[in-house]
Amino acid sequence: MNAWLTTILLLVPFGGALLVAIAPLPGYWLGSLATLTSLIEVGFWITSAGRFHFGNPSLQLSQQASWFKDLHVSYHVGQYAFSVWLVGMTVVVMAACTIYGWWVGRTRPRLYFSLMLLLTAAIVGVFTAQDLLLFYAFFEAMLIPLYVLIGVWGGAGRMRATLTFVVYTVVGSLLMLAAVVAYGLHEHTFDLTQLPQRSSTWLFLGFVIAFAIKAPLFPFHGWLPDAYREAPAEVSAILSGVVSKAGLYGLLRIAIPKFPTVANDWRVVLLVLASISLVYGSLLAFRAPDFRGVVMYSSLAQSGLIVLGLFAFNDLGFDGAVLQMVNHALISSSLFLLAGMVERRTSTGELRLLGGMARGRPLLATVIMTTGIIALAVPLSSSFAGEFLILAGVFQQHWAWAVVGATGIVLAAMYMLRAISAVLHEEVGSAVPDSALDLRLGELAVVVPLVLCLVGLSAWPNLVSGHAKPPAPGWTAYAPLVSNKATK
Amino acid sequence: MIQKPHVDWFALSPSLSLLGAAGLLLMVAVFVPRRWRGGTAAFVGFAGFVTAFVFAVVLDAKTPHVVELIHDSMFRDRWSAFAQVLIAGSGAVAVLFSVGERWSEEHVAEYYALLTAAGAGMAFFVQAANLMTLFLGLEWFSIGLYVLTAIDIDLIGSLEAGLKYLVVGAVGSATLLFGSALVYGRTGQLSFDRIAAAGHAHDPMFLVGLAMVIAGLGFKSSAAPFHMWTPDAYQGAPTPVTSFMASATKIAALVVAYRVLTVTFPHDQHLWRLTIAGLACASLAWGNIAALVQRNVKRILAYSSVSHAGFMLIAVAAANQLGARALQYYLIPYAALSLGAFAVVAARERELGVPVTLENLAGFGWERPFLGVAMWTFMLGFLGFPLTGGFIGKFYVFAAAYDHGFWWLIVVGVVATMVSAYYYLGIVRAMYFRESADLQLAPSGGSPPREFLLSVGVTICLVVAVGSFFAVQPLIDVAKAAARSLPL
Repeated sequence: MNAWLTTILLLVPFGGALLVAIAPLPGYWLGSLATLTSLIEVGFWITSAGRFHFGNPSLQLSQQASWFKDLHVSYHVGQYAFSVWLVGMTVVVMAACTIYGWWVGRTRPRLYFSLMLLLTAAIVGVFTAQDLLLFYAFFEAMLIPLYVLIGVWGGAGRMRATLTFVVYTVVGSLLMLAAVVAYGLHEHTFDLTQLPQRSSTWLFLGFVIAFAIKAPLFPFHGWLPDAYREAPAEVSAILSGVVSKAGLYGLLRIAIPKFPTVANDWRVVLLVLASISLVYGSLLAFRAPDFRGVVMYSSLAQSGLIVLGLFAFNDLGFDGAVLQMVNHALISSSLFLLAGMVERRTSTGELRLLGGMARGRPLLATVIMTTGIIALAVPLSSSFAGEFLILAGVFQQHWAWAVVGATGIVLAAMYMLRAISAVLHEEVGSAVPDSALDLRLGELAVVVPLVLCLVGLSAWPNLVSGHAKPPAPGWTAYAPLVSNKATK
Repeated sequence: MIQKPHVDWFALSPSLSLLGAAGLLLMVAVFVPRRWRGGTAAFVGFAGFVTAFVFAVVLDAKTPHVVELIHDSMFRDRWSAFAQVLIAGSGAVAVLFSVGERWSEEHVAEYYALLTAAGAGMAFFVQAANLMTLFLGLEWFSIGLYVLTAIDIDLIGSLEAGLKYLVVGAVGSATLLFGSALVYGRTGQLSFDRIAAAGHAHDPMFLVGLAMVIAGLGFKSSAAPFHMWTPDAYQGAPTPVTSFMASATKIAALVVAYRVLTVTFPHDQHLWRLTIAGLACASLAWGNIAALVQRNVKRILAYSSVSHAGFMLIAVAAANQLGARALQYYLIPYAALSLGAFAVVAARERELGVPVTLENLAGFGWERPFLGVAMWTFMLGFLGFPLTGGFIGKFYVFAAAYDHGFWWLIVVGVVATMVSAYYYLGIVRAMYFRESADLQLAPSGGSPPREFLLSVGVTICLVVAVGSFFAVQPLIDVAKAAARSLPL
């Protein structure tokens, strides 16, 4: 049973997608079928987390079957401690977004819900694949549902948005394909657990650029504004919440442990890019004219912060990065969903037309306030814990990076408070009708679980950061490099 | 008394069964009353292709070693048997697509007779073991295809396409013939292996002959710069004919090219490897760039077939066991994808009564969900996305190129794939992102025809395209066995 759990996590949404695609049911029932599937998926994740031995750093719940032998490619899935958390955040966020899509009654439900479930399967696949080609296949497979979800259900500028999104992602992933082919064939295996370390700069860059586009990191974020603004709210939530984590996970799982010496050589470049993303993203978020703009540029900033943690090359930074990935997935997906809820009431997200929504809408105000406060990393919140670990980790590299990180946290407070007050407080905005309702039960059912997860993590951040240990051989390989530097 | 050579009739069974079907169809054209003629003819044609398919499968299973037949003029081996399986399969599916086409009742049986005769020619062509049978096979199926292209004289552009194809194709055949004459003139040998044994590898006349043979085969596989006939012929021909041409002709031409080059010209490998690599680059560049600006879907697919010729030529240029395997594997999903894509175009064409452009595909995905999803899968397959065999095919081709050290061909292939994303996804976009009501498209009358057989054919293509992604190992085993027939 244990060996099958990861495969089940892949098969449930995949099977659900096929079922939704062919089930002869009316639209409303398709939505409930998809919701049920996504909740079953959460249930299976809880089971798998329960059976996972967090004390054991090796690959668990794994299953392997040969796919094609002559090139040594296999179907190999499994989870490490950190993958458990990333899969968990994926299934939770995907369930919330699927339910939201059901609640708002998306048109053309058959395609919509099967794509949502397919996307769930692809993302879970990215986090659990232990074969390089399989990883690549899932990584590519994420693009297809996203392309159509944005293109069909997106806003007026969706054509342009999908085009930029696809151009960026395809360029990135094909660079990665070339790297995958060269790496795997050279080593005569595609098994991530067996691939030896390499010191090829070209391969490293092929992977890193693909991941930096997905994350996104500073010079590769051109697709972000269009895609996040034009996509339906729940798809933006998925994009910034979980899809971006696929890029960061790639850095964590492939780029750093498989190319430790090159990663060390390029450390400063990546740290600089991460710092720029953090500060520049925060400034853009501060200047953004709309609610979604704030959230999406804050995602850019947070990606930068997480990369800082990853390239700190120590356990503190690593734990912080994993914790912050989970935090940010929950925060940013709830904020995007909340932005969607606000937009449904006012038919705009422009901050200058919004305002005063707290009056008479206590639930909306409470939920936005709580999420916002956690997002700006107020002490005792889970994101405070994550950011603190990252800063502490990167401080060991050089104090300057920690200063940049701390600046980012200050800026986060500025942009988040600005957005909160522009939506909830100040004068009642011209686009806010008096009749605009408070959060309905269905909306609460979507957002409150996410916020509760955040509150729970705030109470016990060590649940993730203390149980995300990297397995000894692959990941600590860069630790000696750092200590060598220290002794010089 | 003329001494008769021993003839292994079983080895010729795929060609002979198709030839028999063609003869029978000519009888049908005369003896069966008009009312039943179309159905009977389609049935006989289908039965002919299926018989050939079965014979080819048995032939493949029962031919462990390469045998030369009839004074070394034909091969009996797995390399050709596998290609015959694919050709006969493509033909059978093309018959399914042809049934719904509006043929004039008078010529319907002749149409199927020509289709089976062309199929017989291809089955003969892939077995060719000397320059005579090579040319004979080439002309045999080409003449069938010239007439098939122009058969629907009511269709605008059909005659023109047929004429263009005839003129350019004749140049191609003449080039091949002249090249063969030079090779024969230099070596005094006709059969492939004796030419190699004669050893005139560095003789100028011999090399000019080699170049002309490559050019002649390049015309048939529509590799740039010998592709000029492709867009016009593909566009002008009745769509079921196009689907057959796109899949079966390419299979025959590339399989034969691989054999002729490796068996006949092994000593000039260093020369033709680079030539073929150059042709591959030219096809990839030209096919993809020209496809970007097309609006007519058949033309887009025609240029896409040029670019796929480029991909498969990469495998030919690699000229190793892995490359031969890659070519045979690639042809499986490729044949299914081209057949299926043109079938969907045919369905839209019959519905609207006008040539299908990107504009009038609008809303197609919503109106006919099954064909929409199928077309979507085919486009992603051409693009080389996961969940279709196109992904594995591309991967194998790159692996073959890497194996030989042609890493720059991988780069070209990757860049070409990036470019091709624009037009393949453009078709998905045309089908889903816009409503037909936006463009005020009116079907040519009533609800769309049901076209049961076409849907069956598309289903077969879909199953092959997706199935070849999952069942890689068995297919690769077959392709591997086929590749062993070549002296690599």
